[in-house]
Amino acid sequence: MKLPAALRLSPTLAPYVFLSPFVILFAVFGVFPLAFSLYLAFQSWEPTSGLGAMEFVGLSNYAFALQDEWFWKSLKNTAWLALASGVPQHLVAIPLAVFIHTSFKRLRNGVVGAYFMPYITSTVAIAILFSSLFSTDYGLINVGINVLSQVPVLGGLMPANPVDWLNDPDNIKPAIAMIVFWRYVGFNVVLYLAALQTIPADIYEAATMDGAGRLQQFFHITLPSLKPMIFFGVTLSVIGGLQLFEEPFILTGGRGGSDQSGMTAAIYLYRMAFDFNDFGAASAMSWLLFILVAALTWATNRAFAPRKGTA
Amino acid sequence: MNSDRLAPWAAYCVVGVGALIMLAPFYFMFVFATHSRTEIFSLPPPMFFGDDFLNNLKILTERMPFWRNLGWSLYVALASTALTLLFCSMGGYAFALFDFKFKNALFGLVMGTMLLPSFMNMIPTFMIMDALGWIDQPKALYIPGAASAFGIFLMRQFVTSSIPRDLIEAARMDGCSEVGIYARIVLPLLKPALGTLGLITFIASWNNFIGPLIVMRSPDMYTLPLALRSLQSPVNTEWGALMTGSAIATLPLVVLFVLSSRQLISGLTAGAVK
Repeated sequence: MKLPAALRLSPTLAPYVFLSPFVILFAVFGVFPLAFSLYLAFQSWEPTSGLGAMEFVGLSNYAFALQDEWFWKSLKNTAWLALASGVPQHLVAIPLAVFIHTSFKRLRNGVVGAYFMPYITSTVAIAILFSSLFSTDYGLINVGINVLSQVPVLGGLMPANPVDWLNDPDNIKPAIAMIVFWRYVGFNVVLYLAALQTIPADIYEAATMDGAGRLQQFFHITLPSLKPMIFFGVTLSVIGGLQLFEEPFILTGGRGGSDQSGMTAAIYLYRMAFDFNDFGAASAMSWLLFILVAALTWATNRAFAPRKGTA
Repeated sequence: MNSDRLAPWAAYCVVGVGALIMLAPFYFMFVFATHSRTEIFSLPPPMFFGDDFLNNLKILTERMPFWRNLGWSLYVALASTALTLLFCSMGGYAFALFDFKFKNALFGLVMGTMLLPSFMNMIPTFMIMDALGWIDQPKALYIPGAASAFGIFLMRQFVTSSIPRDLIEAARMDGCSEVGIYARIVLPLLKPALGTLGLITFIASWNNFIGPLIVMRSPDMYTLPLALRSLQSPVNTEWGALMTGSAIATLPLVVLFVLSSRQLISGLTAGAVK
């Protein structure tokens, strides 16, 4: 089928035509919302009163957010959760990836798949399942703790009474952190496995010849070689941890839990908009949170980036 | 004992036990899906499959328009996959093999939004959808979903690494139209990457919770994750039915994952590993 010459795309025009569907959607649903949210953060507005009822209020939404006790509390919760779920992910994923890399050949894909599977499943389904597993009287996790507490030595470490995971303000955060850890550790294992494959085997052979043991090799060859990936993985965990929403949202019934102890910043800004109808304050909070994410990403970058001359 | 011989066995045990812990929640999700609420919350909790699956399904369909919700999930996931594949393959091809004004700036902007936290768009997206009158309409989910920065990244990456510029030039010399080059040369060569992006998009849409939470307001229009969450209440939650619903929402993903885990894992970590 030949088109008439007038209808045929010229090679100079073609890229614009090919890009336009994506670019139009990207502009309308990707870039414009950001600009609009920046605008909204300086306005006072309630959704019931129509778009015309917006009123410029300067920085007062930001001032409100910064003086809001619950906003600070949600930030603290988020930081706690990001650290408590993020740090163990890497501490476990690195040795795990090393074990898989050195000792698994044929079963490797199956094993990696098992660790990765939580990452691709529905957070909602998972959070619902865990809210039953964490139930105080009959939940499988407390039943497991109870069984372990009968074991000598180990039993002494276990709590004597059933743990009220989801209603006690002190326990909800560890419960959420456990789910997040379970969900993302496999993703990190895959990252580290990919990085391990790029380390040349002859470095290890040379080290073995020189009499370096496994631990020495791990600390002097493996770990330094993994540094760029550790930086990348930690950055992803920081960005991901600070936007934690779905797991705590489901586990706390969308409200943030007793004493708001499971309320992350993302949940709070959702509630600020959709439960408390303050879209301006919610937008201001989202920008404050964005600045925090950007600053922390930058700081992780600084902390892990190879210094000039050593790399 | 020789530590060199001990080490692999220690590794097998640690990795194996860890893998079982990772898979255990899935096992219990499917086991609980076949038990009634009283059985799930009894001591000891059920460890093997029971026979309440159909009964749970009955409760589920009485409490909410379950099949309808499932249908919306499927419809939105398929529509957003189709649109994403079309738009991102076109866009990725343009980014990879054409030179045009502001190309690098535009690509940088698109990549920049990939790092943007998802909550940034939550509020303005609701307002835009409200203004467009798209609240409670599936297109509010699959049309914005097609502007996938990750999709553009993946497609551009694949075109750059596997479609030589010379091939395109040769086709152009032979008088093939630009649309013809895209449809008859680029698309067929992109097949593996389209498969990966399609799987990832389908799964992301199927699991999407925040999107529908913002724009789907009536239970008749809920997608599966929203519907399941609406069944959860402080008192009298039908746990058996809820587990059945969760298991039905999870099963297609487990099947897809088992069939294509290598492709999926390498696609999902493509940004990291390259």
